[in-house]
Amino acid sequence: MSGLGEGGWSYLTLFVAGFCATQPWRYLGVFLSRGVSEDAEILVWVRAVSTALVAGLVARMVLQPAGALANVTLDVRVGAFLIGCCVFFLLRKSLAAGVMSAASALILAQYYLVG
Amino acid sequence: MGQGTLIARTPGWTKKATIAQAFIRGVVSTPSVPVLVVTITFIGFGALARDLGLDVLQAMFISATVFALPGQVVLASEIAKGTGLAAVAFAVTLTSVRLLPMSFTLFPVMRSKNTPRWLEYLLCHFSAITVWIEAMRQLPTLPRRLRVAYFSGFISAMMVVLLTATMTGSLLAAEAPPPVAAGMVFLTPIYFFLSLIETARNTADKWAVAIGVVLGPALYQILPGLDLFLTGFIGGTISYGLMKWLNGRGPKK
Repeated sequence: MSGLGEGGWSYLTLFVAGFCATQPWRYLGVFLSRGVSEDAEILVWVRAVSTALVAGLVARMVLQPAGALANVTLDVRVGAFLIGCCVFFLLRKSLAAGVMSAASALILAQYYLVG
Repeated sequence: MGQGTLIARTPGWTKKATIAQAFIRGVVSTPSVPVLVVTITFIGFGALARDLGLDVLQAMFISATVFALPGQVVLASEIAKGTGLAAVAFAVTLTSVRLLPMSFTLFPVMRSKNTPRWLEYLLCHFSAITVWIEAMRQLPTLPRRLRVAYFSGFISAMMVVLLTATMTGSLLAAEAPPPVAAGMVFLTPIYFFLSLIETARNTADKWAVAIGVVLGPALYQILPGLDLFLTGFIGGTISYGLMKWLNGRGPKK
């Protein structure tokens, strides 16, 4: 199922594509923190790029899921997602309430619909 | 010491506290609502990784070495799809760019005059959204000499909690009934989406959420493999441009 396999090589792959791809930004942040302003234009753009990327990932996970979520119909996925958003805003941007209500709605809908 | 009006009062224990006591206080400070939420989402990550075909140790390895959920999810999803190593690393890198402003703003708050450089480069591994929010909220109330120790205690506890959560999620997902397993996987996208909304600072961030949501699935149909990279690059640049353009037309100029 996974393109990764097991054993030592899989960890090397994860290390390179994970740790080595992530860490430089943290180092660079520390390094630059002795000079640049927090509001530098380049950082505004960088934030927008990574925000769009994560938003795209979210949409992909909800609309075109693989695995366990693929067995849930589209209307239930979108419905539960919207319920989470509504609860989040109604409860003054409560992250915990939004997240838990979306997951609960999805689980309940599955039990009710699929049985 | 800057005593801003917004900053809460310095806690009493700090007066005579040693470095070791500050470390313990950092550990004890760990239970809070944001930490609870991120713990639940790491349970979700464990479940997701399991769902994608990664075993429990691989999932824990990712949590420990990446320690930033969006990058972890991109890594696990792309690896599972069989995307090439370079393309995976590139997508993870783009996702993780958001960590730069975090360590960039965290360390001026945290470091004292005698904080060694190597320690800063070690501690920055733990700059991720929840840790950042909590640290930026709590550290300013402490005397500078205790901040690094307090932060170290906090992140040590976080590491233990989040690795346990990843393990729990991975093991539970294998046993859970299908609807519950689906609900656990669902925690990740909803958490990401709501945090993006919560942390959006300017018009560009808000546009980036809207454009990304549309571009992501569309590009996935057209160019799978490069879709996340292009969504970020195109969506982010358009959002940034829109903000500049709207500001230029606004009443200010």
